[in-house]
Amino acid sequence: MAALLLALLSGLLFGLGLTVSSMIDPEKVLGFLDLAGNWDPSLAFVMATAIPVAALGFVLGRKRRAPLAVPDFQEPGMNRIDRPLVLGAILFGLGWGLVGFCPGPALTALGLGLAEAWIFAGSMLVGMVGYEVVKIFLRRVPAA
Amino acid sequence: MENFTPLSAAIGGLLIGLSAALLWIGNGRIAGISGILGGLVSARPGNTAWRAAFLAGMIAAPLLYGLLGGTIPTPTVAATPGMVVAAGLLVGFGTRLGSGCTSGHAVCGLARLSRRSLAATALFMATAILTVFVTRHLLGA
Repeated sequence: MAALLLALLSGLLFGLGLTVSSMIDPEKVLGFLDLAGNWDPSLAFVMATAIPVAALGFVLGRKRRAPLAVPDFQEPGMNRIDRPLVLGAILFGLGWGLVGFCPGPALTALGLGLAEAWIFAGSMLVGMVGYEVVKIFLRRVPAA
Repeated sequence: MENFTPLSAAIGGLLIGLSAALLWIGNGRIAGISGILGGLVSARPGNTAWRAAFLAGMIAAPLLYGLLGGTIPTPTVAATPGMVVAAGLLVGFGTRLGSGCTSGHAVCGLARLSRRSLAATALFMATAILTVFVTRHLLGA
């Protein structure tokens, strides 16, 4: 139960961060990605505070034997830059640049009555299921 | 740069960082949105409850912010519905193949000093910047 409450609170904080910073607006995000246009550096300022605070969390977490609400930490073990990582990042960047939505903002915007957020989130889910299907057919693609 | 909002961006980033720190210290998990969502539709689903709780919190956040008197930014999408579908498919497939998105690689990965996440972040940022340059300045969309 504590784990569920912590996850809910964490999701709430994440969504609030995206809302307060206006990152739920794809036009705001595209303003950052459009270096040749009317450039808006705001997204860099989001990262500039998010990354150090998250880093402090990881450092504090590592001082503990276990997380507060579950038996163990689940840190991604792999640190190799392989082909799926490269191809996946390029495909993601292409989709991100086309509309300005990445997964967090698209999901956070679902309650705001914007049809495109639902269309994007639905297509994103289909893409994720598509990945699972491809993974079954191509056993060589490592699990994400 | 009249749209530049450094203060609200920095406060928002602080909240996102707190979220990632809390999910790690509390639940031992990386706050990567594509991973949290993708885990719900994985061929081997496990621990679905915390994922659903996290996503529910995210979706409720702007509504709560509005209830507390905050001004909810209005998301605007200029792209056509066909482009939105294509972008969604690319983001869904790409983030799962590449093991993460802006939150998992750029925020958490860089915070963990992961070489792999640094490479992914550089690649998706560069690709997205190039895509925006082509669609806005070469094709004039």
